[in-house]
Amino acid sequence: MSRIEQRFRELRARDRRALVPYVTAGDPEPTVTVPLLHALVEAGADIIELGVPFSDPMADGPVIQAACERALAHGVSLHAVLDMVREFRRRDDSTPLVLMGYLNPVEVMGYEAFADAAAAAGVDGVLTVDMPPEEGDGLVTALRERALDPIFLIAPNSGEQRVRQLAGAGRGFLYYVAFKGVTGADRLDVDDVARHLERVRALTDLPLGVGFGIRDAAAAAAVARVADAVVVGSALVRRIGELAATPERITTEVPAALAEMRRAMDARNDETAAS
Amino acid sequence: MHTAKTATETWDYPDDQGHFGPYGGRFIAETLMGPIQELTEAYERLRADPDFLAEFDRDLAHYVGRPSPLYHAERWSRALGGAQIYLKREDLNHTGAHKINNTVGQALLARFMGKRRVIAETGAGQHGVATATVAARLGMSCVVYMGAEDIRRQAMNVYRMRLLGAEVVAVESGSRTLKDALNEAMRDWVTHVDDTFYIIGTVAGPHPYPAMVRDFQAVIGREARRQIQDQAGRLPDLLVACVGGGSNAMGLFYPFIGDTGVRMHGVEGGGEGLASGHHAAPLCAGRPGVLHGNRTYLMEDEDGQIIETHSISAGLDYPGVGPEHAWLKDTGRAEYFAVTDQEALAAFHDLTRMEGILPALESSHALAHAARIAPQMAPDQIIVVNLSGRGDKDIHTVAALEGIRV
Repeated sequence: MSRIEQRFRELRARDRRALVPYVTAGDPEPTVTVPLLHALVEAGADIIELGVPFSDPMADGPVIQAACERALAHGVSLHAVLDMVREFRRRDDSTPLVLMGYLNPVEVMGYEAFADAAAAAGVDGVLTVDMPPEEGDGLVTALRERALDPIFLIAPNSGEQRVRQLAGAGRGFLYYVAFKGVTGADRLDVDDVARHLERVRALTDLPLGVGFGIRDAAAAAAVARVADAVVVGSALVRRIGELAATPERITTEVPAALAEMRRAMDARNDETAAS
Repeated sequence: MHTAKTATETWDYPDDQGHFGPYGGRFIAETLMGPIQELTEAYERLRADPDFLAEFDRDLAHYVGRPSPLYHAERWSRALGGAQIYLKREDLNHTGAHKINNTVGQALLARFMGKRRVIAETGAGQHGVATATVAARLGMSCVVYMGAEDIRRQAMNVYRMRLLGAEVVAVESGSRTLKDALNEAMRDWVTHVDDTFYIIGTVAGPHPYPAMVRDFQAVIGREARRQIQDQAGRLPDLLVACVGGGSNAMGLFYPFIGDTGVRMHGVEGGGEGLASGHHAAPLCAGRPGVLHGNRTYLMEDEDGQIIETHSISAGLDYPGVGPEHAWLKDTGRAEYFAVTDQEALAAFHDLTRMEGILPALESSHALAHAARIAPQMAPDQIIVVNLSGRGDKDIHTVAALEGIRV
């Protein structure tokens, strides 16, 4: 059983929803990342999503684009990201970690070499935004052979056949994109998300995460009522960008923002349990 | 010596998934998969629809001004002392370049699909102008994404687009050039997929764009093939075209692919020379990777990050290239070369002074390569060069290099 599957099992037993923070590796500078990941776990993260910086992040809004540019200014390569994962694992061998990024850096490293290196570093899942399953045979096989979970996006306009295909190729969880748009946009409609998740749930047993546009604790709590996992990216990355000049504040203030979401999600959960 | 096989007998690409050998495909985020499928179905239906094709042909004839002439540049050929050079005059099209062939086709498709808003990316501004033009004609709203750096370099085309009613959005991310404009157009598309048609300007992007843009541009090669037989009584020995994304080259090459006696040379932006690293020549000096929805040759660093390109010509300043060119290169059916900024400039001046034709700096790369090859060929041999655009837009660039303000 993968760490991701294990984690969702534990959470289900406790009737908790997973909180999944996303940060871009090496943003705003490489030394910040590993301490920040540990602090995010202490603040209530159940799974970590670590962004691999890319020069042309087509699916991302301006906040994560800027994060990629800050990291790339420090030359943060895929190799460097895997080194960060290895360092993170020295102190934490239970929190699942998903790499999220674009295909080209993986393509350049080679699918087999990447899967070997990712497994050795302690990665649990890989989400490549621009690699749909029909183009993914090589990488998906390489990942699965090493017990790494390939994670796929589902969109509001993914039809039934498409959802079945994505669910068939994916492992760990499916990542539902809350709206048609880029990361961080202000377009979240929780009722709409709920309707779509219901449709998706009828087609798969995989846990369903929801991301894109979850900007604050209230939104996280609302999404937690309908999803198995709540992914928060741009809201945290925006704060990291604001604190780029004072990086020592990042490892306290960003986890504090996450902790607030954790509390809101759990409070909602407790209410439900009490009623 | 020439065979008359049609292209489809020998070159049956792409496959159903949009692959040209290992290249092409659909490397896009999930939200775009549905719309891309819908576009593919609409295009497959219309490409076989006689009414649609008749309307496209009518527009090419009466709005674009086709067929464009095939002109024997006798004086320049004589001066070079070798092969006869014929110029396919895409510079004489409405809006001054080959780009309009494709935007007319895609805009008709957009109208058929009921989309009232079109978006485009542009580098030099030619594709942006061609898109704004057809949008004005069909009464569609139009947004053009353009790198902030390119907006500065191409002020006249920016103003032309605004006159045509388009909104020009400055892209401030990344290197602030064509590739970033493409990223931003993709972001717009993913946000407005329901009512928006993305008119991609070259033979790149996710399937079906590379094949669709090629098909709309193939009118160039079909005409040239007929015209050269009328004028010279035979097929050419060599085709030459510049390659940024590669749409004018694919348009010229495609109808000749089955003519095995016709060689094909694509010419990339060599910038300050391949050895300098400052160029825009992924086929000559890059390697395969994945960007902007397709697998193809890219300019990238050892970590797979896309690197900035350098070319005197904004239209060639792109780190990728159409996937069909990548496969033509690997199969050996076409060969690819690079021409430096200086060589292109020399050809720009030569053609202007000797034939009274001001070529675009993009097209000047093809001319410079032809000038290099022609003397090695016999006077009864024939080169067809795609003169893909006119040079009026580049006058400021050329003047500035000579220290002149116009």
